[in-house]
This record gives sequence, C-alpha cells and structure tokens, in this order.
Amino acid sequence: MDLSFSKEDLAFRDEVREFLATSLPDDVKERFDRGLHATKEGQVRWQKILNEKGWLAPNWPKEYGGTGWTVTQKYIAAHEFGHASAPIALPFGVSMVGPVIYTFGNQEQKDYYLPRILNSDDWWCQGYSEPGSGSDLASLQTKAVRDGDDYIVNGQKIWTTFAQNADMIFCLVRTDSSVKQQEGISFLLIDMKTPGITVKPIIGLDKEHSLNEVFFEDVRVPVKNRIGEENKGWTYAKFLLGNERNGIARVARSKRQVERLHVIAKTERSGGRPLAEDPDFMNKLNRIEVDLMALEYTELRYLSMMSHGKNLSAEPSVLKIKGTEIQQRLTSLLVESLGMYGAPYEAEQNYEGRNEAQVGPDYGFGPMAEHLYLRAATIYGGSNEIQRNIISKMVLGL
Amino acid sequence: MDFELSDEQNLLKDSVERFVKDNYSAEARAKLSETETGFSRNHWKKMAELGWLGLPFSEEVGGFGGTAVETMIMMESMGRGLVLEPFLTTVVMGGGLVAEAGNDTQIEAIIPAVIEGELMLAFAYAEPQSRFDLNDVETTAKKSGDGYVLNGHKSVVYHATTADKIIVSARTGGSSRDEDGISLFIVDNNTAGLSRRDYRTIDGQRAADVTLDNVKVGSDALLGSEGKAYPVIEKIVDRAIAALCAEAVGAMQAAIEITNGYLKERKQFGAPIGKFQVLQHRMVDMYMEAEQSKSMSDMVAMKLGLDDVQDRRRSVAAAKAKIGQGAKFVGEQAVQLHGGMGMTDEYSIGHYFKRLMTIEMLLGNTDYHFKRYAALA
Repeated sequence: MDLSFSKEDLAFRDEVREFLATSLPDDVKERFDRGLHATKEGQVRWQKILNEKGWLAPNWPKEYGGTGWTVTQKYIAAHEFGHASAPIALPFGVSMVGPVIYTFGNQEQKDYYLPRILNSDDWWCQGYSEPGSGSDLASLQTKAVRDGDDYIVNGQKIWTTFAQNADMIFCLVRTDSSVKQQEGISFLLIDMKTPGITVKPIIGLDKEHSLNEVFFEDVRVPVKNRIGEENKGWTYAKFLLGNERNGIARVARSKRQVERLHVIAKTERSGGRPLAEDPDFMNKLNRIEVDLMALEYTELRYLSMMSHGKNLSAEPSVLKIKGTEIQQRLTSLLVESLGMYGAPYEAEQNYEGRNEAQVGPDYGFGPMAEHLYLRAATIYGGSNEIQRNIISKMVLGL
Repeated sequence: MDFELSDEQNLLKDSVERFVKDNYSAEARAKLSETETGFSRNHWKKMAELGWLGLPFSEEVGGFGGTAVETMIMMESMGRGLVLEPFLTTVVMGGGLVAEAGNDTQIEAIIPAVIEGELMLAFAYAEPQSRFDLNDVETTAKKSGDGYVLNGHKSVVYHATTADKIIVSARTGGSSRDEDGISLFIVDNNTAGLSRRDYRTIDGQRAADVTLDNVKVGSDALLGSEGKAYPVIEKIVDRAIAALCAEAVGAMQAAIEITNGYLKERKQFGAPIGKFQVLQHRMVDMYMEAEQSKSMSDMVAMKLGLDDVQDRRRSVAAAKAKIGQGAKFVGEQAVQLHGGMGMTDEYSIGHYFKRLMTIEMLLGNTDYHFKRYAALA
C-alpha cells in the first residue's frame, strides 16, 4: 500500500500542466469552468488539439490510439484537466461507441470508424432510450427488418443528447420480436444524413437545446453497419453501459467546483461578513468536501484493484451514485452562494443577443444553467435507483 | 499509488481473521464481555505469541517494524468480531506514546513487556470539561522536590481497571486550554492518591473515571519534555483514530453481512424480505457507506506514513468524520432491518450497533472532526 507519486509521475504531472497551460483555448476553458456546454466548433477544435497530442482517448488500448497511461497517470491527468477546467472528449464517440467497435467490430469497421473518432470527423450520438423504454431499456420497440443488404429501420429514439450536431448515431434496434426481449436486439451504426431521419428538439428545463427526439421512417441502413452478430446487441449494449460508468464519478470537476465555491464565498456577503465566515454555509461545503474525498479514494481503490487484475462487479455503481449526488449538491450550493442573484436567468441565445453585461456578479453566469442541466445526472446512465438495483442484485445477491 | 496488500500483509490478515473466527463467535464474545475484566488474558497471551503486540513498534525500540498499514489490517479484522482485548489502548496509544516520547530507560522498561503481553497500559487524556479537546487539560502537575504532584479528574479512561500503568496528561504550565504546558506522566495504577471509579461501557468493554489526589511521582515518571507533550499526544491520537476507523470498517462489513443474510432468510408476505425493493435500497446505502469508509481508512493508514503533518491532520479528521457518520448509519439500519430480532441482547447485531455507536464518539465525534477539518483548511 502506497499513496506516494514516483518521480516519473510528478514529471508527467508537470507535462500535463504545461500542455494545458499552453494549449487549452481560453474560450473553451471559460465555458467549461462556468459549467456551460461547449460550442460544437469549440469542442471539435479542442478535441483536435488533444488528438494531435495523442491524448484524446486515454482509456483505449494503445494499438487503437490510446495513451498507454498507467492507472496513476490517468488519475493525474484527470485531476489536472479538472483543475484547469479542460473538457475531455465528448463521451459518445470516445467512451461509448469506440470501445464497442474495437471490442466487437470487424476489421473494416475498426479501420474506418476508430481514426474518424480520434480525429473528431464524426460527431456521435446515442440511440438507446425510447418513449416507452427508459430504465427498462430492453423493452425497446424501434424495428429493423432485413431487406437484401440493408435493414429498414422504423421507430423513435428520445433524450438524444446533441443529436442536432451529430453525423452518426449508434442505435439499439429490435431485429426479432418472437424471442425474449434481450435476445432480439441488434446494434447498428447509422449515418444521420440517411433519408427518413428527422431530429426534433426538446427544450430542457434549463431553456436550452441539448436533448432531442430522433424519428426513423423507412431508414435504409447497410447490414455492414451492424456491430457483431444479429440479435446479440444486448451484450454490446451492456458492455457500453459498463464503460459509461468509467469516470462518471467526475471527481476532478467536483474538486474544481469546490475551488470555485471557496472563491465566491470570499466575495459574497452574509450578515455583513464574507460568506466564507458563515458557519452554516461553510458547514455544507466542508461536508461535501469530505464526501468528495471519500469518493476520490474509493475510485482510486477500485482503479488499483482493476490494475491488479481483479474483476469488479457492480462496485462502479457506487461511484455513479455518489459522484452524481455530489455534483448536484455542489451546483445547488453554487446557486445558493449567489443569494438573490440565483434568480435572474436567460437561455444563452437570449443572453447573447443583448448588449448589456450579465446581471449581478460575473461568476453568477453559469451556475444555474449547470445546476438545472445536472438534475439529469442522477437520471442518465441508468438512474441512481437502477444503480441501487444493480448493486443489490450483483453484490448483495438480493 | 497502490491499495493492494503485500503477501506478508495478506498472511497477517488471514491470521487475525482466523483468530477471530476461532475465538469470537457471538456467544463466545457475549460470555467474555460478562467476565470481570471483560476480555481474555489467554487471548492476549496468544496475540503476543503471534507477534501482533510488537508489530506496530519500530525495530529500534524492539518491535517488528510494522506500519500504520499493519495496524489497520489487524484492527479491521478485529472489528469484524468486535474483539475485546485492549490492543488499541495498550499497544497503539500507551505503547505508541512511550515509543514516541520515552527515554531509553522508559522504553526498555515498558515496550518489551508490552510486546510480551506482560504489561498493560491505558491513556487518560479526557476530562469532564474537555469534551474532545486534547489541549483542554485542567489536571495539574506541580514540581515538588525531585518529582511532581498530580491533581485532577480524568474521564472515561478505557481499560484503566486492568492497566498496570496509566499515562496521564497534566498541566505543568500555561492556562487550561493552551497547547503549550501539557506534560505526560507514567503513573502506576496502585500509586497512593490514585482512585478509580470502574464501570462498564455500552460496547461491552471496561473503563474508569480516574481521580488524582496529591499523587506523588518521581521525575522519572515524566514522559518526554516537560510542557511539550501536545504534538506527541496529537500524533498518537491521530494514529489511534486511524486504528479506530479500521475497526469500524470491519464492524460495518460484518454487520452488513449479518443483515444481508437475515434479509435472505426471513420470510414475510410469502417471500424473503430481501425481495422488497425498499429494503434492498437500504442495504445498498449501508454497503456504500462501508465501501467509502474502507477507502477512507486505507487512505488514512497510508497518509500516516507520509511526512506532511497538516495533510495528516486533515485526512484523519475527514476520515473520522466520514466513518463516524457511516458507522452510526450502518449500525442503526442494521437493527432496523432486523425488526424485533434487532432489539434483543441475545442476537449479535445489537452488539455491532453499540460498538459502532461508541466508535463514533471516541476520540472526537463526527461534528468535532468536521470542525477540526474546517479549522485546518
């Protein structure tokens, strides 16, 4: 047992720090620090810089373009990225479909899609949820019927994040309705420009457009766009969901939020004194900090187990549950720190059309948008209640 | 960065777990805690033979050179069986203070005897008004001739009854809450003027309130430099807190296993009650507390070996606060999920609940350590 960093680790930390200080564009950093979504252009620009450095996909095997970092190096990099408010790659390509392709895809699919993901040529989105299939994902109804070398896809996906920006969607579709739900699902990669696909925006409670409905009407998808075997898609889907939990604790970002709260608390006033001297407020912040420390060391402990070849079952669900609870407590406290200036709020497209400055303090722009958006954190990726079901079954055997 | 145990450490863990399995069934523990001393001197002898009592001491003082990680391993495994022997008070606290601050004569007189299992120690640091503040010392030690005269009242001294020597914190200078001016004295339990009120504690152990009424000790009783004991006390108490955290982890894990087993057996409404989602989710919340507590306990055991004092204090405070909260939650919910069975003295779960509750309060409760954490920012 040992918590210390080697000389090489410290040199690596300096390298990451130096890279972020010189290469992270100010506009990308500022939006991320405030808790705003990156613009499509900004995100792609930054991902290309990351790819040029070879750091876009730290979790991929080296042969496909991964970094080959040790567990400790990954931890250090995540920490430095969070501290510097540097976004990581969007998950849909790098963290979700990428590993499915290099694990279950054929050579042609690997050769074509993986470099395009690394180079940000395709913006991916995730076609999982349907209006009738949320937590009960295996009940999905979108149908794919074989017609020669194509499937014909009909149905609807929902809650599709950034589908409006997407070039590609990976989709779970039903290819056999006569068998058990889980045994009739296939995994398709679909070009968003294919005739018959319609994207309709869903405006969120943050008044922003990040979610969508995606409709499929007689959409022709080449059979060669299927991953693995027909009707084996549930296996690949579960593999993807397992990977989705990697990094979902978002410890480094939450640490950055703690730093922001300390800064704001020095400026805001309560009872004629700095908010940083208000014991009720600081008590909440301290308790979050301690819970965050427990989360951080739990993630490290699990990483250490994995790097020693131990298989985890549902332990990462703990990281999802606790990590998202902490994210929400932090953004809630950020909003609280603003006092009455938590209330003024406009969607970004309205805000950008104005000539006046932000109402209230500059740091007041962002926290509410993130607070509202992150209410989804305990819902997406398998709701926290579903995560509890998973732990109950897999770990406790109940 | 590595959380895995070495082969040797795994052997130690197996060995302590075997001891607990062989000697600490719920019935055996209940019986033992009802005896006069509340623990077994035979067990203590066995622990000495196995080398456990010498493991935390450095080789310079005759120990076997273990670290806080070995202490963590032993305490965690002992926590699983709610072991009653005074390892924490004699070895970690008493022995720790002597090894840290003692002169050669004191070390030679005490440490080998502790390692052999022939000498027991207790540490009297708390007072009625001090609550959890180690610096709040009103007991006085006045220079008199070649020695000192001690007067004061020490609270809830665990295992004072069976200790051969009690290490007492007393003020040789400064005012009642100063960190400066505190000294440590090694006092024989049978010294004239020392009286005890012995009692049982809710966790099945023994403690005493100790009154010092003109207790005369020689200058050789002074442990460390006069007036400079505070940093030593804080350091050893931090180690003891880490050990207590590990014990809590073991006790939480065992309480969860027992409760989980009960949920699979107990049937109501025609099904094992573990099939009900509301109980499943409660069990998961308990499991998550234990997982996080394990991470904090491992973290703090490793941090004790590093040199950064401020980081050590903050990490210990955070760990005790987090684990104290988790311990209370797991203990209370374990009783709740057992229904009426959880309320009985005969069934084991109540004993886990009670020890977890005392662990939360010993050496500073959750609120205290959150405040300490904040003050160290």
